[in-house]
This record gives sequence, structure tokens and C-alpha cells, in this order.
Amino acid sequence: MNTSPDKVMALDEAVARWVPDGAHISIGGFTCNRNPMAAVYEIIRQRKKNLHLYAHSNGQGVDELVGAGCVARIEIAYAGTGRFAPTCIRFRKAVEKGSIRFEDYSNYQMTLRFMAGAMGVPFLPTRSSLGTDIIHRWGFPREMRRADPQLPDEKLVVMENPFGAWADTERVVLVPAIRPDVTLIHVQQAAADGTARIAGLTFADVEQAKAARHVVLTCEEIVGPDVLRSHPEHNQIPAIIVDAVVAVPHGAYPTACYRCYDYDPAFLSDYRTAAMDDARFGAYLEQWVYGRKDHAERIAQVGSERLAALKADPRTGYATGLRR
Amino acid sequence: MPDYTARELMTIAAARKINDGEIVFCGTGISMLAAMAAKHINAPNSVIIFETGAIDSQLEEIPMAVGDSRVMLGSSSNSGLADSFALMQNRTTGRHVVGILGAAQIDKYGNLNSTAIGDYFHPKVRFSGSGGACDVASFVDRTIIFMQHERRKFVAKVDYLTSPGWLGGPEGRRKAGLTGNGPSTVITDLAVMGFDDETREMVLEAYFPGKTPRMVLDNMEFAVDVSRARELAPPSARELRILREQVDPQRLILG
Repeated sequence: MNTSPDKVMALDEAVARWVPDGAHISIGGFTCNRNPMAAVYEIIRQRKKNLHLYAHSNGQGVDELVGAGCVARIEIAYAGTGRFAPTCIRFRKAVEKGSIRFEDYSNYQMTLRFMAGAMGVPFLPTRSSLGTDIIHRWGFPREMRRADPQLPDEKLVVMENPFGAWADTERVVLVPAIRPDVTLIHVQQAAADGTARIAGLTFADVEQAKAARHVVLTCEEIVGPDVLRSHPEHNQIPAIIVDAVVAVPHGAYPTACYRCYDYDPAFLSDYRTAAMDDARFGAYLEQWVYGRKDHAERIAQVGSERLAALKADPRTGYATGLRR
Repeated sequence: MPDYTARELMTIAAARKINDGEIVFCGTGISMLAAMAAKHINAPNSVIIFETGAIDSQLEEIPMAVGDSRVMLGSSSNSGLADSFALMQNRTTGRHVVGILGAAQIDKYGNLNSTAIGDYFHPKVRFSGSGGACDVASFVDRTIIFMQHERRKFVAKVDYLTSPGWLGGPEGRRKAGLTGNGPSTVITDLAVMGFDDETREMVLEAYFPGKTPRMVLDNMEFAVDVSRARELAPPSARELRILREQVDPQRLILG
């Protein structure tokens, strides 16, 4: 909650301030689309540790945060980035090696958990997952939950419908609210006060942002206040929930940003190769993340020719005919 | 008879199972291909939806993931996850959804594992996890499941039950409190499997041309009833032409 009219700041400052070690965070986007990658790389560059990450299907950003060793615990529905990584590779390795703690949910459950956080209620009901191991297997044991005030005592609770058979439902699963310390999202347009507009699918970005104590928002461009406020019905993010606004062109690269650019298939393919091997992955982080002072320098390294090929076609919103 | 690949026949076999006017939930890969093939071949009024919130996408290029911007093209509406799953849980629209899923393991009741092989905490292989699969399998009345037909995938008991099939049998879902039905069809690289109306156990419905019921059984850990099986009709020239020329001309998923 922040009513300042000007929240524009540098990304390194925003991350240093809102993402301390051990923070509970969530990131926007879905698999290969609109992940707040510039913010993710800045978190990695600042070598943040022990983060608790809440994810539905956030894909590339999740894999890089896990791969760089920033994440200690993850609550997740899906780790995949599409064809190049049907299972996120660094995530898979971290789970198989036992180097992170993890707990599984479904995508709808994670969405409802953010929504509950946004609404200020302790839980929301759904019919999803009755009879499955998502209910029966807890990633975080009861003692760990009891000892940590930031974790609910139960993973999920099955409840008889208190309204009888109303809505033809005998039983529901209650999913506990999530309240991240900070949610980081990337959008196409924002104003200095934090008012923001997402083009295309919003995924769960709006619920994630509204659930969080703080919001760091990166955007392709900062526009004048009247641009967004002249058609407020097209805005999804109200200024008051945002703490930091950062202009980062290509801020979702290598994931896509609808109507701006496509995902970079060549990068995702190279990333896959790097991620398969610890030494190669270390070299990748050195070359592309630690070795670059910021996202602009990284984007410059990608090169204008490659970026031009990813530029969105105004008709479709993606790079039509892109070699994938 | 035209030449075709197993992947092409799998896609067409699934497309034939999609009825005109149905809402088709699809994930990535071959399930997306099957939904597009159905729309072009036999179910022109079917509507494709994605868990990311795109409803009735007019796909021109194959999306590489359900988050791909390609799913947003020409949709009736583009919203988010909350809306899309609500549509499937909804007691009106949800009844018309056919979900297409895949998994690493399946048992005789069509329960799916897409989470981990081996122990959950110390898995031999970790997979992506549910994503929206558990939600879809919980909510809708009909699901079609794609599987590779291998013994280690058709198992007596799944290592982790990610998405509910018929659970423990005919009464399984009702006892658990689930409303919709379990899976209706499993499509593999050898066969099309159904589920018995009484026992809810998997049965062999049809085997691919050139394959036999024996081959199907040899590649499963559990036995299925093969007494009603017939040979599947090969893809027609029209089905193949549309699949190759209109659905996946770049062969991104057909390979």
C-alpha cells in the first residue's frame, strides 16, 4: 500500500529494498510468457538467499531462481517452460538432489490461494484434488508448519459442505491464503504512480499482486498519467498496491511479452543445454547474469538482429512465422 | 493406404473422440494438436480453451506452451487462470468440457501421476507436477489421456496420484466427493483404451493397424479386457491432409 505519485526507481534499488534474504515472494507470468525476468536476474545478481517462492506455473523465472540457489522453499503447481523444458531442468535437479524443500498444489489451488490473500480471507473452497496425493502428501511436515508463523498449520483441509448438498457439492477442499512479502510482475505499460495495464492474458498476476504486502512492477514503458487514466477500464493494477515502478525494455526476455516481443527459442534451447550440466550452468550465470551490470547490458549482448526477429507482429501480438 | 506415423494416428484417434460443440481443454504438445485437428476435421463448432484464460482461441500457429502468446489470437476473451478453471468447475459450462491430459504413469482406473517417479521426497525422476491437470480431472465429465504405451507407465499403482481418474473403482469418485466422471479414453502409440461402464476398469477398445492385443498387454503391468477390441481404422487421406497441411505444417509437434 503506497499512495506516492512517483514510485519510479532503479531495479537494483527496488530489489535491494523489497527482496531481503528469506523473503516470501511470488513472480508473475506463465511458463514462457511475461515472467519478470529482469527482476529475476537482479535477484540472482544480488545473490539473494533462502527465498520462499510461491508459484503456479511461472516457468523460466522459477527455474533460474532455483538454479542460481536463491530459493530454499517452493510451493508450486507446475515447473515447465514448454517444449524446451517440459520439466524445468534446474528445478528437477534441485528436487532430485534434495537441495530445496517443495510442496505441490494444482494451478487452480495456487490461483485461489493468491485470490484468498487478495481478498483478506483465510481460505477459499474448491472441488479440485479430492482423493489425490496433493491432499495426502505434505511437502512441509506439521512440526515445520507449527514452528513457522508464515506457514499455515495445514496444507489443505477437506470439509463437508456446510450448506448440505447445495450446489450439488458434498465436500470441498479448503486452500489457505498466501500473502507474499513481495510480488514482482512485468507489464507492458505503467504510470509513475503504479497504475498499470497488462495486454493479453493476465495469468494470475493481478491476484498475486493484490495478495502481496509489496509490489515491484517492471514495465516495457512508463507512460504519462493520462494515457492509462483516460481508459481506466483497461487497467488491471491500481496504483495504490504498487511500491516500485521500473522501466525495463525487454524486461520479460527471454520469455515473451504479448504485443511487444516473442520468447527467444534460440535462447531457450541454449539454456536447456546449459541447464543440463552444473558446470555449464555456472558458466551461463557468469556470462549472462553475474557478468552483466544490468538487464540493458544483457539485452545489448543479445543483439539487435536477434531482437528484431522476435518483434511482435501488430496483427497477432507475437512474431508470426518465427523459426521455433 | 497412405503412410502415416504413430503420432499422426494418435492425434487423429483423439480428434475422432471430440464431439462437435464440446469445449476442449488442452495442454501442451499432442493434446493441442488433437484439439486443433478435431476443429478442422470433425468438430468445427468445438471451442478450444486454455487454463491460462484464453477462451475459443483461433490458433494459426501451434503454441509451444499454454502460456504462449499464440493462444491469445482471436480469442472470444482473454482473462486469466481464475476464470478458466472456474469455467470448468462451473455447473453449466463444466458439463460440456472434454479435457485432454497426459501423464508419466497411469493405473487401471485412469488415475494419473505427473509429479514424481519413486519416493515423493527423494524421487528417481521429478516431473513438472499437476499444473491444471488435477483441476481438470477433478471437474469435468470427460477426459482423454495420451500415454506412451510402456510397461513402466501402465502400472498397478501410481507412485503419486496427481490427477483423479475413477480413483478406486465405480464408487471412487462419489465417495471422495468428486462430481464429474473419470476418464473416457486413453490413446497410446499402440491402441485406444476405454473404461468399462460397470467396473470402471480400463479395457482395450481398439489396437492400431499392424499391432495386436498381445502387444498391448505385453506393454502393461496390469491386464485389461481385450475381448471387445477391434482394429482401429487407419487415418483417411482427408484426415492426414488436414493434419499435415493445416494443423501442423511446421511439424513442431508431429516431429
